[in-house]
Amino acid sequence: MLSLNINGQSHQVDVDPDTPLLWVLRDVLGMNATKFGCGIAQCGACTVHMDGRAVRACNLPVGLIGEQRISTLEGLPPTDPVTKAVQDAWVALDVVQCGYCQPGQIMAAIALLRAVPHPTDEQIDSAMSANLCRCGTYVRIRAAIHHAAGALA
Amino acid sequence: MSTPAPRPTLASRRQMLGAGGGLLLATFWPTPRHGRAQGASVPAGMAPEQGLLVENAQGAFAPNAYIRIAPDNSITLILPNVEMGQGIYTSSVMLIAEELGIDMAQVAIEAAPPGGGAEITGGSTSVMTEWLPLRQAGAAARSMLVQAAVTRWQVPVAECTTRSAAIIHVPTKRSLPFGAVAAQAATLPVPQKPTLKDPATYTLLGRPQHRIDSAVKVQGRAIFGMDLQVPGQKIGTVAACPVVGGTLAGMNKAAALAIRGVQAVLVNTANTTVCVVADHYWAARKGLRALKPQWHDGPNAHVTTQTIYDQLHDGLNGPAIVANTKGDAPAVIAHAAATHTATYQQPLLAHATMEPINCTAHVRPDGCDIWTGTQIADRARDTAVELTGLPKDKVNVHCQYIGGGFGRRLEHEYVTQCVEFARQVPHPLKIIWSREEDLTHDRYRPAYVDQMTAALDSKGFITALTHRIVGPAVVARWDPPELTKDGYDEDLSVATVITPYTYPAYRLEFARREAPGIVTAWWRGVGGTRGLFVVEGFIDELAHRAGADPVAYRRAMLARNPRALAVLDKAAQAAGWNTPLPPGRARGVAVQFAFGSYMASIAEVEMPEPDNVIIHRVTAVVDCGRVLNPDQVISQIEGGLIFGFSAALYNEITLEGGRVQQSNFNTWRVMRMNEAPCKIDVLLMPSTEDPGGIGEVGTAAAAPVLANAMAAAQGRRYRTLPLLSPRNGADHKEQG
Repeated sequence: MLSLNINGQSHQVDVDPDTPLLWVLRDVLGMNATKFGCGIAQCGACTVHMDGRAVRACNLPVGLIGEQRISTLEGLPPTDPVTKAVQDAWVALDVVQCGYCQPGQIMAAIALLRAVPHPTDEQIDSAMSANLCRCGTYVRIRAAIHHAAGALA
Repeated sequence: MSTPAPRPTLASRRQMLGAGGGLLLATFWPTPRHGRAQGASVPAGMAPEQGLLVENAQGAFAPNAYIRIAPDNSITLILPNVEMGQGIYTSSVMLIAEELGIDMAQVAIEAAPPGGGAEITGGSTSVMTEWLPLRQAGAAARSMLVQAAVTRWQVPVAECTTRSAAIIHVPTKRSLPFGAVAAQAATLPVPQKPTLKDPATYTLLGRPQHRIDSAVKVQGRAIFGMDLQVPGQKIGTVAACPVVGGTLAGMNKAAALAIRGVQAVLVNTANTTVCVVADHYWAARKGLRALKPQWHDGPNAHVTTQTIYDQLHDGLNGPAIVANTKGDAPAVIAHAAATHTATYQQPLLAHATMEPINCTAHVRPDGCDIWTGTQIADRARDTAVELTGLPKDKVNVHCQYIGGGFGRRLEHEYVTQCVEFARQVPHPLKIIWSREEDLTHDRYRPAYVDQMTAALDSKGFITALTHRIVGPAVVARWDPPELTKDGYDEDLSVATVITPYTYPAYRLEFARREAPGIVTAWWRGVGGTRGLFVVEGFIDELAHRAGADPVAYRRAMLARNPRALAVLDKAAQAAGWNTPLPPGRARGVAVQFAFGSYMASIAEVEMPEPDNVIIHRVTAVVDCGRVLNPDQVISQIEGGLIFGFSAALYNEITLEGGRVQQSNFNTWRVMRMNEAPCKIDVLLMPSTEDPGGIGEVGTAAAAPVLANAMAAAQGRRYRTLPLLSPRNGADHKEQG
């Protein structure tokens, strides 16, 4: 039995320690905001926060997490200023198309804005290029991050 | 059975849709395939008489879209077209809300169950096909609700208006919510040709409206097929024989079952696919690894990419179907003082939707439920009917948000597969394909070879043109009746026969070559995407040969096409075509008419090395007729361009020993944010023409506009996709 701190709550899960966090979230705990896209940390659809850093849940074995705090999109408090600014910007600029990658994009954007409150285009590209979007919403994601940064100023 | 059935099977569509006590108005959506096959600005399916309205969902008429107004004033729009990112839920609500007199926020959306035989979402046809029927449905419902209210009030119809889902008697300022008269309205005859609003009075259509699916998607609450959690479900993952036509030779079942959490190992009837069922995906995945299935590769074990290309190039000679002809182009070419010939080649492409293929099914003795993302719910249902022997009304397909369609989910073989395995277990089964399975067992956009020859006059303009397409006919498998009696697939005419240009003499030939060992299918833009790369590349070559400016050369050919000329002129102006470029940069242009819409695009690129392309800026001017939701048109063009750039620069499915060699995003490159254009400007032309399609327009432009810009940058043609393929170097000797 492993103990995981997810969204501020302790969860006991009975899985092999090599099980990636993604499948514990989705199939064991029923938390579906974190998406499966590739399984090899190439697409970023499974981006979550571990101690505030954006990490890929699909190749993060739960046995290595220990005490580190995991946050997922459904667990972020909607009143958190950065979360709210990012989600509001995404809606204001109508970023989403199919929307499947967007939870990962939003988690990556929140982590970026917490570390760099006013990122340049280059800093955005650098932080966000690990997150694929097949619908091609990149231009709007970039704009939405600037928009959110402006709202937080 | 350990788990409850998800919901009782209901007796009729009317009950299933829940009309009880309110107004249920049904409308029939014409099949969008007409839109694709015609590829014209006014698809056959748009004839007003097909936008019929009926009061009751029962009967042979089989309507497939509904407005439901309940006594509590809740309004639900039940739609056959699925939301896969194209914004169709939003534009559908706009159309109905405009005529009905309700606010966007007052409408809830449900996916329609299969039934009308027309639940196909594809071909950029949604807005084209729904433009008239949905407005008529809204207007008819409004008229019935108003009639019910004036009967109650005993006032003239002319004194009433509707706003925010209420009927208002203007002189007395009395109002009644729609729900209060819905039951009475349902007893009234349905007006067959309701009066539609004057477009000048629109308050929603033509004005930017936010997507109605944004909030659930940014909060992670949208339910995709992947997210289904049916009580009692187990998770399966599959491996099909890596060579099409091969079969299972052996496996280590005991090793798979020894993995913690693995429940079962299943094999399909055809002995081509194994499925490991477990408590969660990771256990299933580990089980599949331990299973180590071995395969008899079968008759396609020898197929390589070169097999396919050789066969296509072979089709450039010998017999072909004449698909379209005007004058005697071969004779003009035979006697011409100058001719120009070029051969273009395009690869097999995967869809690689962000949401890997998945399907959930619960097969019981008395019914079957299927939860999945599908662009073709009817076929999803019918395959289950066929496999289970259950009657149609015992099979329910629950359509979910689609995490990327691009034509992939116009196929239903993954539903067939899921139902076949779900029959073997007493619980709901969710099958999730690994990304590796998704990429190596896709149904691929075909590879094609095209050859064009032009006869040229003294100024370098076309006097006759022959064009031969060599490749598969996708409709031959997908919808055989659509293949013409000559054996032609009319999808190939998009951006080929149907272009903004006219030629004095023309001949289009099609030599059909089906790729061995691979299944080919639709892909965003299919015919239009293939055709535009070839035609706009060739036109650009001719401009270059004539020593003409590529925009000026095209302008001269578009003198009789004012809509095409207008988008080209505006694009040239907006992109600063005639202004000097920074050192090292080059521009390319493409003009198109496809999916009922005109567009001109200009790309500005820099190539520090021959294999490094920086796309600084793309300008696109679109005339898609009347624009319903301007910002969503812009969004579709932006995304469509990037989807197309990704394929144009990087993508090619290759085979070795009958096996697809690309298996995940480390070998199937998708454009990333740092590689995407720095700037995309999309401008919309005002128009009162009927709306054209938009979902595939940007994708079709991507390869030609980028290839033409790269040709300008490098001083050589790009006739092979992907553009970064080394084969383009070999093309160099063909120049001149």
